[in-house]
Parts: sequence; C-alpha cells; structure tokens
Amino acid sequence: MQNPGVEYFAQNDLPFLRSFDTAIIVNACGSSIDEYVELCKILNTLDIDGVELNLSCPNVKEGCMAFGNTYEGVKKVTEEVRKVLDKPLFVKLTPNVTDIASIAKAVEDAGADGVSLINTLLGMKIDIDKKRPVLANNTGGLSGPAIKPVAVRMVYQVSQAVNIPILGMGGIVNGDDAIEFMLAGAQAISIGAGNFIDPYTSVKTVIGIEDYMKKYNIDDINNIVGTVQMN
Amino acid sequence: MPELLLAELVNKQQLKKDLFKFSIKAPNIVKNSKPGNFVEIRVSEQTEPFLRRPISIYNLDRENGILEFIFQVKGKGTEILSKKEVGSSIDVVGPLGYGTFKYEEYQNIAIIGGGIGIFPLYELAKCAKNNNKNVNTYIGFRNQELVVLEEEFKQVSNNLVLTTDDGSYGKKGFAINFLEEDINKEKIDSIFACGPLPMLKAVQKLAAEKNIPCQISLEEKMACGLGVCLGCAVKTASSPKDSPEYLHVCKAGPVFNSKDVEI
Ligand SMILES: Cc1cc2nc3c(=O)[nH]c(=O)nc-3n(C[C@H](O)[C@H](O)[C@H](O)COP(=O)(O)OP(=O)(O)OC[C@H]3O[C@@H](n4cnc5c(N)ncnc54)[C@H](O)[C@@H]3O)c2cc1C
Ligand SMILES: Cc1cc2nc3c(=O)[nH]c(=O)nc-3n(C[C@H](O)[C@H](O)[C@H](O)COP(=O)(O)O)c2cc1C
Ligand code: FES
Repeated sequence: MQNPGVEYFAQNDLPFLRSFDTAIIVNACGSSIDEYVELCKILNTLDIDGVELNLSCPNVKEGCMAFGNTYEGVKKVTEEVRKVLDKPLFVKLTPNVTDIASIAKAVEDAGADGVSLINTLLGMKIDIDKKRPVLANNTGGLSGPAIKPVAVRMVYQVSQAVNIPILGMGGIVNGDDAIEFMLAGAQAISIGAGNFIDPYTSVKTVIGIEDYMKKYNIDDINNIVGTVQMN
Repeated sequence: MPELLLAELVNKQQLKKDLFKFSIKAPNIVKNSKPGNFVEIRVSEQTEPFLRRPISIYNLDRENGILEFIFQVKGKGTEILSKKEVGSSIDVVGPLGYGTFKYEEYQNIAIIGGGIGIFPLYELAKCAKNNNKNVNTYIGFRNQELVVLEEEFKQVSNNLVLTTDDGSYGKKGFAINFLEEDINKEKIDSIFACGPLPMLKAVQKLAAEKNIPCQISLEEKMACGLGVCLGCAVKTASSPKDSPEYLHVCKAGPVFNSKDVEI
C-alpha cells in the first residue's frame, strides 16, 4: 500500500484533520491478521472517532483481498480486531465476491458496528494499439459512476441480510445518487472518485439531499433509509 | 492554493489539424502560476468522460490575466474540449504541481523539448529571457508536418535549434545531439527538458555525464491531479530495489530534478 504509515499519520495528518469540526474515521489495511491487530492497537490509542477495516484493496498485489473473499476470513480478522479496538468499527467489503450478503453477515457476527460497501470493482483496460493493458499492474480498481448500479444492488442485498448500519458508496456524485443509496438501505454514504472531478462534490451532495427532503416533505433523512419498495 | 474556476474561453486558435491553442480568462490562476505548472480541465458537465484532463500551461499573460494552453486531440476528452466555442466557459482547476522549473540561479540555460512536450517550455523560456538569461532552446519534431511554434520560441530564445528526425525541416537529427555539441561552447550551466520518455532518459543521462543540473517535466496518467489518488507515482532514484519509494508527479512534480527520479 502506498502510504506513509500510521506513525506518520498520527504525527502529521491527524492534527490537521482535528482542526475541522467533523468525525475522523481511519481506513486501515494490513497484509496479515497480525498486522491488522497491531495497527488497530495503535489506532485505539489515537484521537480518532472510528476505524474502517479495508479488507478489499485490489491495487496491492498480495493485499487485503484474500481476507475479504470468504465468510470465515472476514469473521476471523474482524473478531481479532474487535478484541483490541474499543472505538466504533466498520468493515469495508469488496464487491468482487459471489455472495456479498453472506460476507456482510460475517461482519455482523464478529461484532463490528457497521459495514461499508462497496470498494472498487476489479477492472482492466487494454490499449488496442499497443495491445497491452493501460495500467502498470494490468488490472486495477474501478470506481465512479460506472459502478453505481452494482453498489446500489449490493447495499440493498446487504440491508436485507444484516441489522447493523450500512455505509454506502460507489459512484456517488450528487444528492440524487446519495438518496438512491439511502433508499436501498444505507444509513450513511461516502464519496471517493467524485472528489476528483469536483472538490465541492460533498457539499453539493448535501445540498442535493436537502432539496430532495424539501421536495418530499421529509423532516428526518433517517426516515427514508431502506424504504425502497420492490416491484 | 489551486483554484476551481469556470473560466471564459476568450480566444481559440487551431494550430494544426489536431492541435488547439486556448486562451482563458483566469486572473487568479495566472497570478499564482509558475513555469511548469499545469491545470486540470473537466471537459463535460456530465460524468462521461469522468476525470479531468491534465494540460500544461503554455503561456501566462500576467497583464491581462489570460492563461494559454495548447493541446492535441488524443481521445474523447480532448476531442470534446476542442469543440468548445469562444465565449463558453472552461471548467479548470489550477495551478497544479509544486515542482516547477527553477531557472533563477542559472545563467546559460538549455531548454530542450520534443513534440507536444515543448508547450510547457515556452513560459519558462519567456521568463528566463525576460530575466536576462542566455536561453538556448532545442526543439525536435518527427517531421516537417509536425513543426509548430517556431516563431514563438525564436522570440524567447537567444539561440534556437529546431530539428526533425528525418531532416525534412530544420536540422536533421535529434535535438539532444545539438545540445550536446553546444554544452561547452555555450557554457551551459543548466538543462530543462520536457518531451517523450526516450528523450528525457537521454537528457537525464547526458546531464549526469556532464554533471550539469537538470530539471525534467514528467507525464503520468492522472486521475485527481491533487496528490490524493496516488495514481501518478514515479520511483525515486534513491529508493532500494526491493522496497521502492515513490513521488507523485502531480504533487511533487511535474518538474523534478533529474537526479531524483528513476524514469
Ligand atoms: C502534467 C501533464 C501535462 C500535460 N500537458 C499537455 C499539454 O500541454 N498538451 C497536450 O496536448 N497534452 C498534455 N498532456 C497529455 C494529456 O493530458 C492527454 O493527452 C489527455 O489527458 C488525453 O485525454 P483524452 O480524453 O483525449 O484521451 P483518452 O485516451 O480518452 O484518455 C483516457 C484517460 O487517460 C488519461 N490520459 C491519456 N493520455 C494521457 C497522458 N499522456 N498523460 C496523462 N493522462 C493521460 C486521460 O486523462 C484520461 O483519464 C499532459 C499530461 C500531463 C500528465
Ligand atoms: C484512487 C483510489 C484509492 C482508494 N483507496 C482506498 C483505500 O485506501 N481504502 C479503501 O478502503 N478504499 C479505497 N478506495 C475505494 C473507495 O473508497 C470507494 O470504496 C470506491 O472507489 C467506490 O466509491 P467511489 O465511486 O465514490 O469512489 C480507493 C478508490 C480510489 C479510486
Ligand atoms: S493524479 Fe492523483 S495523486 Fe497524482
């Protein structure tokens, strides 16, 4: 994983992030169960509001994906981390699995406080002139609007399988997208790639959610969570 | 601080079949820009194409707050951009990149560029010339058809060498061959380069052999341009083989000391 590590984060990034009036949730990745546990022991001592375990990064060769693929793997790593972490614990899932609902169940069974989904879908692009993949790693994580329908479907499926809160993401760029995730069952949403095209995407998304609430006379946004009616 | 702006397209010029020069009104970006900076342009209000496209700054008209860039139509993004009309607005973020060309401490500078890599070198040459540097410019193209901006570069250089690979225009050969010949004669004390990778590698090597400070502007595929996605990584020259360390072209670059990066 290309990042400077937890000590650097604690010394340099955290004070800066703390200067804003918002919750800080740290996304944590390791390459073995021991590493996840060690990392979360440190995170437990920091001034942060929660941890999101990343069990699903496709851009690292022998990465976290191995843990995210099976019920047993997800349950095991989540249980071990739960033992050392008192802060709110979210576990983030990869969509590159056959049955997302059963994986989410593992998160709930292991005692996490919530489940995040989806991470990036594994993708590949080929340069047809060079007849080679465009990405140096050959394959890579696909994000943004292209993956939104998959994400919404998975959030819905997971919402049917677990009772813990869902943090939904995947292609959200405006309020309408956010509402879709909430109707599907997400209590909260997050935005990744959308920030790359417009630094104000999050602000615009909040405004868009408020517009929707006005339009349908909704006083509390929680009232719409999971209220999609199936055909 | 980079700024997000809907900038008016005040002038548009087609330099070649697939080459366009845009002039946009962006006073704050212009004020904060240095030679070597780039901007990221969102070509569509829709989400397709999704990501912004990185384009170098070609010229800064500080008096009028006009920023100029030149781009080649490559794929969907630049195609859409090329259809914008004068008076419409261009969605731009900039200036980007902390690594810019630093020429101030040198006197006899060599500027070398190839193909579409010459665009970011114009502002550098202009600034250096205005600051009484001896500017030796070497620009290379594959053939006569691709030659652009000869007059423009002549204006901002004390000495301009234009080459084509096939000799159909200017001098025959690679620009770097002529630079190499001039190093002693012109007492070249610094090299600034932008262009295709093979050229940059050759320049990097030449600078190392002659022990001349050298700055190169790199290109990488960029998703965010803001140092967030880590997609534009380049290996540092000092990092050990088994645990590579990276710098990010959009943030630490796009201009690097040629000794610092492995290209
Ligand atoms: C710092 C920097 C400065 C640049 N300055 C200029 C310039 O002044 N003039 C100019 O003509 N071109 C410049 N380029 C290259 C330009 O960004 C690409 O040609 C352009 O993004 C192609 O987009 P497209 O949609 O037309 O092509 P597509 O092939 O459809 O693009 C697909 C994706 O690949 C990315 N991409 C494709 N080629 C490149 C590339 N060479 N570099 C980075 N990303 C790429 C695009 O951003 C996009 O995300 C620069 C690139 C960088 C990194
Ligand atoms: C460049 C990039 C880097 C990412 N890094 C991480 C990461 O470190 N940890 C993680 O859990 N997810 C990571 N993701 C996944 C996103 O958080 C998100 O789950 C996914 O991209 C879908 O949402 P989006 O379409 O809003 O980006 C990354 C995504 C991108 C595009
Ligand atoms: S383009 Fe995202 S970090 Fe450089």
